[in-house]
Amino acid sequence: MKSTRKAYGEFLESIGENKNVVVLDADLASATKTNMFMEKYPKRHIDVGIAEQDLVGTACGLALSGKIVFASTFAMFMAGRAYDQVRNTAAYSHVNVNLCATHAGVMVGEDGPTHQCVEDVALMNVVPDMKVLSPADDISTKKILKVCMNEEGPKYIRLGRSDVDDIYDETYEFKIGGSHIFGDGTDGTVFSYGPTVSIALNAQKDLKERGINIRVVDLYSIKPVDKEAIIKCAKETEKLVSIEDHSIIGGIGSIVANVLCENYPKKLEKIGIPDRFGKSGSAKAVYGYFGLTKENIESKF
Amino acid sequence: MDISNLEEISKNIRKDIIEMVYNAKSGHPGGSLSCTDILVALYYNKMNLNLDEKGQRIDKFILSKGHAAPAYYAVLSSVGFIPHEDLKTLRKIDSYLEGHPTNKINGVDVSSGSLGQGLSIANGMALAKKLDKSQGYVYCLLGDGEIEEGQIWEACMTANKYKLNNIIAFLDYNKLQIDGNILDVKGVDKLDEKFSAFGWNVQTINGHSFEEILSSIDNAKLSSKPNIIIANTVKGKGVSFMENNASWHGKAPSEEEYKKAIEELSK
Repeated sequence: MKSTRKAYGEFLESIGENKNVVVLDADLASATKTNMFMEKYPKRHIDVGIAEQDLVGTACGLALSGKIVFASTFAMFMAGRAYDQVRNTAAYSHVNVNLCATHAGVMVGEDGPTHQCVEDVALMNVVPDMKVLSPADDISTKKILKVCMNEEGPKYIRLGRSDVDDIYDETYEFKIGGSHIFGDGTDGTVFSYGPTVSIALNAQKDLKERGINIRVVDLYSIKPVDKEAIIKCAKETEKLVSIEDHSIIGGIGSIVANVLCENYPKKLEKIGIPDRFGKSGSAKAVYGYFGLTKENIESKF
Repeated sequence: MDISNLEEISKNIRKDIIEMVYNAKSGHPGGSLSCTDILVALYYNKMNLNLDEKGQRIDKFILSKGHAAPAYYAVLSSVGFIPHEDLKTLRKIDSYLEGHPTNKINGVDVSSGSLGQGLSIANGMALAKKLDKSQGYVYCLLGDGEIEEGQIWEACMTANKYKLNNIIAFLDYNKLQIDGNILDVKGVDKLDEKFSAFGWNVQTINGHSFEEILSSIDNAKLSSKPNIIIANTVKGKGVSFMENNASWHGKAPSEEEYKKAIEELSK
């Protein structure tokens, strides 16, 4: 078990020998885990203080000068506070920059709604030219970051605060526009990304014991999304469900629904944060409060 | 290039600005005319536009006040980045010359126009130069209304922290913004004290005197701090009825006004 932010910190440390790599933070180095890079490569760790708009602009200036740039803050401040900078500088100028946003979703827990960004996928998905990715575990975080490092243009990488189960081993490969389908059942499919993938996999196990065979699709590439995988599962399985630690408005539920609507119209049941702000509490308690649980998934089948 | 030549070039750039905005039937003449002399001084006498061994331009420029695009495009055209005949396509549906700068245009490194963002980008470029131990400067042109954006001051602190003395920023201090005088709109004053308190090397000049613009750049290059050159300018400079008139911030001249402006600038 490991948080994806910790995996991010380890990834940065692992590529730190490359003198072209520059990491930026906005006074959250110990929370975003960029401190692991900072301790080894202090000259190439830029801390702009509590100034997220400046963070994105500075990151873009470095990237436009040929640096390999990873910029970090919480999802709330990257996608929310610095939205204009992300849109008008990073995306409109097609800057090769990796915007790594940690503490996404209600998984933030105790800090409550001001810090629980449940809109970032919607906000980033609608920005032209932006690629949006969200890994589900340790290995996928590192592999996806490696892909992003070699991918042109702006990327938003959504990471979480709490530990999540290990799902993948080293044999899995990841690509922009890709996904992974777990299982080949025909009773239904759960579409997900990030920390809710392991919850869906646990539900899959329980359901199997009851003779219900479902698939779980990790849509780690939220944009571009793997339309083929969505259409295939819609055609081959009965009931469709989505689950995410994000608003049900504009999240993966909406994205999957759009694909279905245009290609293979079929009902989809969305699990996520309803049209409201989050809630303080332990991550586990908050997930329970909003039904981000295996029991809730199981109840849909 | 000597100063009388620069003055002649500025006159032609100002004519181009009027032609462009007249043809587009929209755009920002006031703030383009006020910063023309600064741009001409930079592009003709100060900036090294060659590429270094990494393929990066030795001196970089960011037009943070992106609405001065007509002035920027006219100068870029005059030094060879944009074909001159393209200028008349500004803001047209089939043109690449968007209303505000985009880096799809030859010679433009980054998009701008959403105000307050250029100085942070300049910082990033200046940091990259420091990390690479590369020569050259990063020039940035700010509007005086623009510094009402908080991000400018975030960037000022970052530049101070990293001792980015390879930044030379100009403030086009024409005293007017869309809603009127900057003192009335937001109470922006004591600019030298503000920047100085943020750790910057401050110079105040006449932004229409080539002598002062050029020597302020020479002085800035001796500084150990990030540089701001507060250039006192006249909004609408060179066209009598546009001068010091906020209503010319963002509108095109009528046919009659256009003819009068060109006539004045041809003298």
